[in-house]
Amino acid sequence: MPLTSKRDEIRTPISSDFDIVKARQAGRELAATLGFPPTDLALIATAISELARNIVRYADRGEIILSLVEKGEKRGIAVVARDDGPGIPNIELALQDGFSTSGSLGLGLPGCRRLMDEFDIKSRNGVGTIITVKKWLR
Amino acid sequence: MVVPILKQGQYLIASVQAALTDTDLLKLRDALTEQVGTYRSRGVIMDVTALDVMDSFACRTLSDLAVMIKLRGAETVIVGIQPEVAFSMVQLGLKLEGVATALDLEEGLAYLDQKTKRVARAINEQKR
Repeated sequence: MPLTSKRDEIRTPISSDFDIVKARQAGRELAATLGFPPTDLALIATAISELARNIVRYADRGEIILSLVEKGEKRGIAVVARDDGPGIPNIELALQDGFSTSGSLGLGLPGCRRLMDEFDIKSRNGVGTIITVKKWLR
Repeated sequence: MVVPILKQGQYLIASVQAALTDTDLLKLRDALTEQVGTYRSRGVIMDVTALDVMDSFACRTLSDLAVMIKLRGAETVIVGIQPEVAFSMVQLGLKLEGVATALDLEEGLAYLDQKTKRVARAINEQKR
């Protein structure tokens, strides 16, 4: 029996830079159905772009899972970025502006945290990383 | 998605029509850097009006583009960054420092006219 909470999930497998574009467009579309204003749509799409790129860059493959969420009166969108990659050795460091192990700007994770309302990261060496971010409708 | 590059007098205009992948962005950067030499262009206008997302990779690639074009002896101006895109960029921590920007194509052309005229004048003065 399918779990009801899984019914509205939109899963985008991520393994190439084209998938990054697909995932952020899917996120923008889903968020638009809730009635997010254009500014928030841009924030959500940008956050998904950063999370999906991290998957391609550090883990080769993974997925972006989008869903609509509720908390009390609040309604919003949740984005889960999941991969079975090498994991993040030092999360605290990875969340600092300007820190990068790949020569990038190092703004992806800390920036993503600023773009969204909720940010949660779980990572285990050699097992993978799961990042969950949420944006609530105001 | 290939971005068409138009030659307009002594400038090149790249007008982004739809979402770009990282690979598309890198190809565009390289094509512009190449064509600045082919057409002996003095300036490049990158029109991003249609872009709905400017993330850290796009920003980095555009900064690199501006530096590369500068090294080739021409000027770059980014035009058409939408208000919500600008807001996202600031939240993300992206500043596009050292890259010229203008509101739209018209302002971008005016910027390049002013910028390249000044360079031409300096060269003429040196000759004298």
